Amino acid sequence: MSNLLTISPSPHIHSGDSARKIMFRVVYALIPALLWSVFVFGPDALRVTLIAVVACLAFEYVIQKYLMKIKPVITDGSALVTGILLAFNMPANLPWWIIVIGALASIGIGKLSFGGLGSNIFNPALVGRAFLLISFPVQMTSWPVNNRSGIDAVTSATPLGIIKEGIANGTPVSEILKSLPSTVEMLFGENGGSLGEISAILLILGGLYMLFTKVITWHIPVSIIVTVGIVASAFWLVNPEVYISPAYHLLTGGLMLGAIFMATDMVTSPMNPKAQMIYGVGIGLITISIRLFGAYPEGISFAILIMNAVVPLLNRYIKPKRFGEIKKQPIKA
Amino acid sequence: MLKTFKVGGVHPPENKLSADKKIEVLPIPKTVFIPVVQHIGAPSTAVVNKGDVVKTGQIIAKSSGFVSTNIHSSVSGKVKKIDLSPDSSGYPKLGIFIDVEGDHWMEEINRSEELVKEFDLDGPQIVQKIQESGIVGMGGATFPSHVKLVPPKGMKAEILLINGVECEPYLTSDHRLMMEKADEILVGTQLLMKAMNVEKAAIGIENNKPGAIQLLTGKAKHYKGISVVALKDKYPQGGEKQLIKAVTGREVPSGGLPIAVGAVVSNVGTVFAVYEAIQKNKPLFERVVTVTGKEVKNPSNFKVRIGTATSELIEAAGGLPENTGKIISGGPMMGRAIISPDVPVTKGTSGILIIPETEAKRKPYRECIRCSRCVSVCPMGLEPFLLMTLGQKQIFDRAENERIMNCIECGSCSYTCPSYRPILDYIRFGKAKVGAIIRTRKK
Repeated sequence: MSNLLTISPSPHIHSGDSARKIMFRVVYALIPALLWSVFVFGPDALRVTLIAVVACLAFEYVIQKYLMKIKPVITDGSALVTGILLAFNMPANLPWWIIVIGALASIGIGKLSFGGLGSNIFNPALVGRAFLLISFPVQMTSWPVNNRSGIDAVTSATPLGIIKEGIANGTPVSEILKSLPSTVEMLFGENGGSLGEISAILLILGGLYMLFTKVITWHIPVSIIVTVGIVASAFWLVNPEVYISPAYHLLTGGLMLGAIFMATDMVTSPMNPKAQMIYGVGIGLITISIRLFGAYPEGISFAILIMNAVVPLLNRYIKPKRFGEIKKQPIKA
Repeated sequence: MLKTFKVGGVHPPENKLSADKKIEVLPIPKTVFIPVVQHIGAPSTAVVNKGDVVKTGQIIAKSSGFVSTNIHSSVSGKVKKIDLSPDSSGYPKLGIFIDVEGDHWMEEINRSEELVKEFDLDGPQIVQKIQESGIVGMGGATFPSHVKLVPPKGMKAEILLINGVECEPYLTSDHRLMMEKADEILVGTQLLMKAMNVEKAAIGIENNKPGAIQLLTGKAKHYKGISVVALKDKYPQGGEKQLIKAVTGREVPSGGLPIAVGAVVSNVGTVFAVYEAIQKNKPLFERVVTVTGKEVKNPSNFKVRIGTATSELIEAAGGLPENTGKIISGGPMMGRAIISPDVPVTKGTSGILIIPETEAKRKPYRECIRCSRCVSVCPMGLEPFLLMTLGQKQIFDRAENERIMNCIECGSCSYTCPSYRPILDYIRFGKAKVGAIIRTRKK
């Protein structure tokens, strides 16, 4: 025994879980969807992911060391998660330099300009995506066709883009859908689009893993999905020739990726279940509004960024139910 | 579905290493140091002087007010000195040193082990006897028991809750007491019911002690009005407010006492002390203490005379391990790290936990990643991350509005924080400051 005993206040034990372990659980949850995108888009998917991850880690290191002059902490896994999520929001054929610019926007503007992990208001990966979508609209919306038969040189829009254009031209929805994959096909990953949005089922699988390992709670994803589902159903029931089915809405346009992985980002989402559900409903409403009435065919990433900005307000005014502040006491014993 | 409290809570590893170890009587030490403050409230006044000869069970310090209590000698011998010495808080406290000579008990104490069921005292007589016998809350809070039994004007107790939860990891003293002194605890419960004039009592026990639940459920059938409630294990269910919520479904109002919802809570150790005081005429001068730790050779449960040095207990459990880094008085979630093994066992010492060097120091902490785990584990529905920041930045008015005073200091937030942030440390700081502000306002 050393001469001196350690004196510290309670508690004297710790659960042993750390921020790093949580980040790596997110990475594990993303792996099935990543593998599927490599299977669908070939080595290009891996190329995009690797460039995004390496660029994010490099910017994190360089900015922390030379601009912020603090000890770089790139091993905490947060930049790794940002890198993968950024890649998930990109088409597989995106040129490398655009990816690097996206990484700089994510890490530099989205995260470190606010002070780093824990201080940022907006989801860093979505800041990168929004930056690129506005700066390089053509490259960001020309996806390689989801065609596993061979090398594909042909690019196309996502199903939602095709539908939006079709509806604008006055084509009935039933006609447009004939040329697109069925709902079931999209559930299992026959969707076109960015790396990470093509297989709803694998994203849900990752989400369940995060739910069971307590990285996320059900409140945010469920409230987004239910909101989008209800509003989409209402419009669809009114006129199925102009509005697509709720199932189609839920399985396309990165909705699952956004609801499960982006909106649940710990740093940029509210701190208690009640506020989380308001946040989720808000994301759902804004997403479906952009999709039905806005210029963009897809809306979830902007919806999340908008609601990110509301989070400090939600945290300030929506409080958890305090113990001992109920009016009526149940009488039983 | 087993009952439990609804909001928050954590599941630290139980590590109940001494759960199957019978309570052993620790040999009487050569000297004892009995502090005159072993309870919440006014310090007792010493009524012996240097050189006085005292008997086991004799009053050596008298209660100095209503919220105060008597202190009895735990040994027989000669008062060596009355002096300052550190207790488990680390601060020097006034206390009585006694050199032990033999073990001569006060004549009126019944030393037989035989169960005495019948009693003919009325309520006020029981309360008075409890007050004279120096009984305090033995779960660790050490609030003088007689005070709780007299409800404030206009309030009436409806149910007595006996706390057999022992949700702190490692500790087993209450568990062993329930296994070995079940009838005594049930008689003690009846005494308290009589003292409070209530018809109902419930003993809450967590489901990780099936033996105790079975034993007490079986025996409780022979005692009128007492039921045993099995609870789903979750820390901090032994907290008074959490236990009341779990068993009765009622929430003690914020800032209020349990009596506001008609409940009074007593720990099983306290109930046993009540039994001994009334049925055996024996004041509180010994208690059961768990000595445990992963590196401890023989984790044990000892019946210990108050004032015995912690080191004596550790020796009896196989000695202090080489790699000891920290010694805790109490459990790992709410216990206190003590400054040396010389500090005495007092009425509130439920356990001695020895932590190896490798686990003694906290890891360096990092930024809050706003994962909101502290919010989801807080049993009081607070936002620990926010209270920590408000404490750190000394924004006390906002801290008060955010209910910082409701914190029960269970430590679930710090335990669970993935960035190892010292959340509770700063909340304690904030509570102390806000508490002081509230007191000046009342004046």
